[in-house]
Amino acid sequence: MSASGATALSQLTEIVGEANIVRDPGPLTRYDIDSKTPSAAVRPGTEEQVAELVKFAGREKLACVVSGAQTKLGIGMPPRRYDLALDLSRLDRLIAYDPEDLTLSAEAGTPLAKIASVLAEHDQFIPLTVPFMARATIGGTIVSGVDSPLRHSYGTARDFVLGMNFVTGDGIAARSGGRVVKNVSGYDIHKMLIGSLGTLGAITRINFRTFPLPRQTRTFVAEFRGSREACEFRNAIVRSALRPRTLEIVSESARGQFLPSQKARAALGDNRWSVYVSFAGDEDVLKRNYKELVATRHSEPGVSEWLSELNPAEERSVMSILSEFPAAILKRFPAAAILKISALGAELPDLASYTASIEMPWAVVMRGLGVAYLAVWPPDASPGSLHMLKQHCGRIFALAGKPPFRQVTLPWCPSALKREIDIWGPLPASFELMKKLKNVFDPGGILSPGRFVGGI
Amino acid sequence: MPQRATIVTPDAPIAQNEMNSRLLHDLEKVLGPRGILHAPEDLMLYEYDGSIETARPDCVAFPRETHDVVEIARLAARHQVPIVGRGAGTGLSGGAIARHGGIVVSFARMNRILAVDAENQRAVVQPGVVNSDLSAAVEHLGVHFAPDPSSQKACTIGGNVAENSGGPHTLAYGVTTNHVLALEIVLPSGEAVRLGSTALDAPGYDVTGLFVGSEGTFGLVTEITVKLTRSPEAVKTLLAIFDSVDDATETVAEITARGITPAACEMLDGWTIRAVEEYVHAGFPLDCSAILLIEADGLREAAEADARGIADVCSAHHARNVRVARDARERDLFWKGRKNAFGAAGRLSPSYYTQDGVIPRTKLPATLRRIEEIGRKYHLRIGNVFHAGDGNLHPIILFDERNEQEFRDTIRAGDEILQYCIAVGGSITGEHGVGMEKDRLMPLLFSEADLELMRRVRGVFNPADLLNPGKIFPTSKGCGEIYVRPRHGPAVAPSA
Repeated sequence: MSASGATALSQLTEIVGEANIVRDPGPLTRYDIDSKTPSAAVRPGTEEQVAELVKFAGREKLACVVSGAQTKLGIGMPPRRYDLALDLSRLDRLIAYDPEDLTLSAEAGTPLAKIASVLAEHDQFIPLTVPFMARATIGGTIVSGVDSPLRHSYGTARDFVLGMNFVTGDGIAARSGGRVVKNVSGYDIHKMLIGSLGTLGAITRINFRTFPLPRQTRTFVAEFRGSREACEFRNAIVRSALRPRTLEIVSESARGQFLPSQKARAALGDNRWSVYVSFAGDEDVLKRNYKELVATRHSEPGVSEWLSELNPAEERSVMSILSEFPAAILKRFPAAAILKISALGAELPDLASYTASIEMPWAVVMRGLGVAYLAVWPPDASPGSLHMLKQHCGRIFALAGKPPFRQVTLPWCPSALKREIDIWGPLPASFELMKKLKNVFDPGGILSPGRFVGGI
Repeated sequence: MPQRATIVTPDAPIAQNEMNSRLLHDLEKVLGPRGILHAPEDLMLYEYDGSIETARPDCVAFPRETHDVVEIARLAARHQVPIVGRGAGTGLSGGAIARHGGIVVSFARMNRILAVDAENQRAVVQPGVVNSDLSAAVEHLGVHFAPDPSSQKACTIGGNVAENSGGPHTLAYGVTTNHVLALEIVLPSGEAVRLGSTALDAPGYDVTGLFVGSEGTFGLVTEITVKLTRSPEAVKTLLAIFDSVDDATETVAEITARGITPAACEMLDGWTIRAVEEYVHAGFPLDCSAILLIEADGLREAAEADARGIADVCSAHHARNVRVARDARERDLFWKGRKNAFGAAGRLSPSYYTQDGVIPRTKLPATLRRIEEIGRKYHLRIGNVFHAGDGNLHPIILFDERNEQEFRDTIRAGDEILQYCIAVGGSITGEHGVGMEKDRLMPLLFSEADLELMRRVRGVFNPADLLNPGKIFPTSKGCGEIYVRPRHGPAVAPSA
């Protein structure tokens, strides 16, 4: 906003009012992305204002990055240009909640915590226990594509988002999907906006399917001498009649950072691995699950040293840590690089044993379905440490495409690394289509330019 | 199979008189003489699907490999001829009909299961694989393919992908899109592209999610990577018999309110029950007003607990009787009654028209009453058989296509039902697709801006609108322009 800065500002004021424009450098830093600060932040209060703002930005060729609570701006590349931060936190209304229909519609800036507490009054929830849960908004959660351990039984956002309202890069307010649990009218455009990092549109409203909260859950932890044994336990569970609610394999380095110590475990040696598995159901079901778990252990002789049940407080703490793993790592080690690696379930042993070759501090949480978050961080603040970090990440990216590193991305890492590593990994085969789709939604290239895969 | 009505729209040219002989020659060079059909008597079999619409293609091509599909697309592009993909032709919205003529690409011969990885619960199939054949092929491994449309013994997985098909068990397990991980598609330009990945969370936009349910307007699917679902240890199938429709619908709402998610929850109304019973002899009582067919599955203890809870709710809502299938044979019989409901309706009337509206499930009682009123208003018999658990209605309107007034009233009644669905916050289609049947209703659901964005998205894949033209988006067609002509016999693909 240079030459016509004053005019531009007066137009912004006209749309949202002066109170909803942030220009002071101090408060603006919360919108920083890898040290890039926008010229201004605007806080629209309605969907119409969002459309007006995007239209305005389009006319003035101002690059916009949409955010909610600014908890996950670190994901992705910094924008090529960054003029305006569109802060949707004032769009925080629950539009509709029909407990008996198990559907909910909320504006994008609604905090997850607010939605969770409203749903809890009716013993319902949305299976999004995600990083930065306490502050995150629903829009930011959906658009950044973060996942939850609950995906093991409930799937990801693409499985329970029913529809969306959004504003495209040319300022057009559009809608896709609907508010009923089953619907095939029109193209599922909203699926593509999930995980699109704000490059296709500003999501203003999201419709969800909600789920009944299980009356009872129980979580067990099994401890193993090594990763292969832990993975074999995971395989045995997956092959059995059991239907876990969550199933996570956790390295000792991750467990030791965050989770309460269980019992004396000296006998297990240094390369301990834990499997956290939870179930829902009535007492009979939970008893049967435990029995099967024990039987599973016996069918793999000697693999598990012991299996224990967590008390409700431990269960909550474990669920929270497993959900918050990337956030917890970043809090403790701001210079960490967190790789997201997708493998097939049966390839997890190879992924786990790879960690033995990492020559710097690391920790990994592997979802039983085959998605792993591997964190590595420099032992100290020396420039050499950053170099090591880069080398390690580079080594993994070099393996990308081959099992078990079928897909590799680097959602979180220090800014310096982003200049040297392609954090989105190899281009997908359908990248040309993606580029053309981006052009349909954002012909002027003003929405989060350069943030996503292949510089989209 | 009963004769059913046929709608030919004036804006859809009945087969162009002669296909460019050069194109036929080129197609034959690629596919061999047995790889195409173009004689009028052969084409008749491909002029319709399970809907009440028809249009005759100019020729039918039978690819065997992706490469064949690429060549067909290139030839069609060079000759500027429309292409329409076709699985088994069981669709209910006209999705596989060559509305503007051109080449129908039948995937009947691309019907191989290419890979099964039970350990990782994945399978790779060609689009012509029949839905239930995949589940049968992997049954011994303890897994199955979850989407189960009523036509699953005939419909193909390629067709399921195009329409994002559902089925009774999608209540708990999700529809086709929830089970598709990756696709190989051929664009109308002849370019083959891979979307998605076998592993979860493919980086970049979820183009796979966008593609599934695009009703054949984005590309021709040549390979599909699906998730396989672990088969449950136990299944409990309950048949609850009600003397009042309202009791049955309130039961459905109460089951959900108690936090029970059944694997399936289907309802048949009294008229449909009698039609089905005469045909299938499933043991449904002839004097009741509604039955619910509800299934609970999972771990033995979980299925039993859910079944007990469901039975309690049924009794609390005055179910006359709740029967639990004693064995697999009885379970199959109950399901046979449900899955043959449309066939049963067909025996009682020269024609029938099936709707696919969706409503929030709490609106079930009011919606069923509204449907009854609409039936009375037009003097039409409307049966109801539907996925009650997710509010996906399938009103069956019976009519005689020889009676032009009755036919027009049928279309009007269908539209009024769907307009009511929209008015209560629902949708015009839950699993059958928009196709050429409900395109005119799309503006009731979406703004011009929404539709324009969808058209632009289609343009990314299919810029010249050569792929399945005349579908999804509203044309100028109105009820008054529809006329009827008779039709005979079912759609049958030539044996491969």
